[in-house]
Amino acid sequence: MNKIRVVIAKPGLDGHDRGAKVIARALRDAGMEVIYTGLRQTPEQIVGAALQEDADVVGMSILSGAHMHICPRVMELLKEKGLDDVLVVVGGIIPDVDIPKLQEMGIRGIFLPGSPMQQIVDFINQNVRPRAEV
Amino acid sequence: MKALTTEPPRERAVPFTTISGRPIKALYTAADIAALDPARDLGGPGAFPYTRGIHPTGYRGKLWTMRQFAGFGTPEETNQRFKDLLKAGGSGLSVAFDLPTLMGRDPDHELSLGEVGKCGVSIVSLQDMERLFDGISLGAITTSMTINSPAPMVFAMYLAVAEQQGADWKTLSGTIQNDILKEFIAQKEYIFPPRQSMRLITDIFAFCSKEVPKWNTISVSGYHIREAGSTSAQELAFTLRDGIEYVQYGIDAGLDVDSFAPQISFFFNSHSDFFEEIAKFRAARKLWAEVMRDRFKAKNERSWKLRFHTQTAGVSLTAQQPYNNVVRTALQALAAVLGGTQSLHTNSLDEALALPTAEAATLALRTQQIIAHESGVTNVVDPFGGSYFLERLTLDMEREAKQYFDIIDRMGGMVEAIEQGFPQKEIAEASYRFQQSVEAREKIIVGVNGYVQEDEAPIPILYIDETTAERQLARLETLRKTRDNVKVRAALAALEETARGTGNTMYPLMDCVRAYATVGEMCDALRDVWGEYEEVPLI
Repeated sequence: MNKIRVVIAKPGLDGHDRGAKVIARALRDAGMEVIYTGLRQTPEQIVGAALQEDADVVGMSILSGAHMHICPRVMELLKEKGLDDVLVVVGGIIPDVDIPKLQEMGIRGIFLPGSPMQQIVDFINQNVRPRAEV
Repeated sequence: MKALTTEPPRERAVPFTTISGRPIKALYTAADIAALDPARDLGGPGAFPYTRGIHPTGYRGKLWTMRQFAGFGTPEETNQRFKDLLKAGGSGLSVAFDLPTLMGRDPDHELSLGEVGKCGVSIVSLQDMERLFDGISLGAITTSMTINSPAPMVFAMYLAVAEQQGADWKTLSGTIQNDILKEFIAQKEYIFPPRQSMRLITDIFAFCSKEVPKWNTISVSGYHIREAGSTSAQELAFTLRDGIEYVQYGIDAGLDVDSFAPQISFFFNSHSDFFEEIAKFRAARKLWAEVMRDRFKAKNERSWKLRFHTQTAGVSLTAQQPYNNVVRTALQALAAVLGGTQSLHTNSLDEALALPTAEAATLALRTQQIIAHESGVTNVVDPFGGSYFLERLTLDMEREAKQYFDIIDRMGGMVEAIEQGFPQKEIAEASYRFQQSVEAREKIIVGVNGYVQEDEAPIPILYIDETTAERQLARLETLRKTRDNVKVRAALAALEETARGTGNTMYPLMDCVRAYATVGEMCDALRDVWGEYEEVPLI
């Protein structure tokens, strides 16, 4: 079976990349193909990477409080590019009140501090679109 | 009569290791510190190598400075929080800036979207700095500013406000973080390439030794290295090796070591492993004293003394059962005090969720006051001195740090090590190992992978709305229309000219600031000359 392809991105100006890197490694150890974009990615760059890498999953790590600006833009661009079936997950510091809003815009996995790596791996395995066999 | 069993007492089936993975024995005895020479390795408090502290009287002379990091929203909102903290008995200010300010971007830049005033206060031009310190006399307080790449610009603004208030620069006291190496290593808030960034720092060393002699020109920081996932020993080693790099660059820039070294200060994390942290603080003082005296031949004793600020470990705070964080923070703060910190920030219980509410910030400050006034630990200097266990740990920490010094020296220095990704890789490894040990439940984090509670009641949190961004954007537009733009352009051109040459950038920066150039404009001027740094992402 083909490997699940995951783009892990750090949008915005924040440089705290510990979470993004730990998750990238955990997903790789779980058998996924992980592409880490590095820091300070605009929504356009993230969606560009998803398109170019033929990603099944886009994971964004946001700790700065900018999620309500970044996420809608990413979702809009994914739709524009016909990538609506890409599974989008977000990890970071997300106040409770924002969780339903993010879910409403199509972000399916929202992981707060302290989430076990295995839970994220399982979530992706259960929710990712089936990948076509070559 | 039944024979006594000779079976050794059974221990729990858990790894007896520190949070950094260091194995710990059940018992330490005199044999563990047979090699310790108290005269050589400890000295008295206030005496070389300062293992037991830099003051002969410890906290009997002066308590540590209770310095709570604060900043959010507009300058006016943060100004109010500062006044509240001073009224509550805080003894110094500490400014948190928002990400656009930290990254040298104005609020109207594309990457500032959603970030203005979120993680700290938004400072765009001198006008904002005037608002931030309105009604606060800069001559009468000490201020710490957590700013790195744009440190020269923000510091110049502070000096301009002091000038307006009629305060003498020669008496101003405070700290700018100004530590770019740990940004490349850990926190990643860099703008310019490493070598040009180092020049900005040595320019500040030279400028301050002449103009603002009491100012702490740099706060060499392990805090962020630890938060990024390093071990305690890595935090110690990389931070002090960064310190060595700054001193070397200062000397290479033609400065006399004793003209700037006394103004170098440090900033450590106080994490959850109580004894390991105390050992780290004690080892840090000893290592620095030896480095300054023996490696750099500093003559002034003030150059030998490692003074440090401590912050409790933000990364140890949990979003689950947040009230538990008060207890974690209290223990970490106690370790910092027993380690002899000069100033301390205690985190608030709600910081895994958001920036702290005023109530949570007050409780964090009260935690320090309880340690200072109720626990009795301030009566005595270095109470763990001579402990078999703690002295052994201190020696081990020192040895491990020196091993890292050797590796980095062989690479040619810390700038070279960073360019090769060495400290970055070491930290990424350690952070992944720790996460795995949590997943395997070898390490229990109460409320996260043990003693989990369903249906927790939410706690009140601070929510920063979008009015800050709107307000700062509107102000920026007005500023650009009303200031003397001819003067601004001339000042920025002079800054670029200096950056191309070898002059001290602080002087043209003062002129830019006085003309109300923005942080983004000043940084852009230097970006045009020096370019921007981009790291190769490693996982």
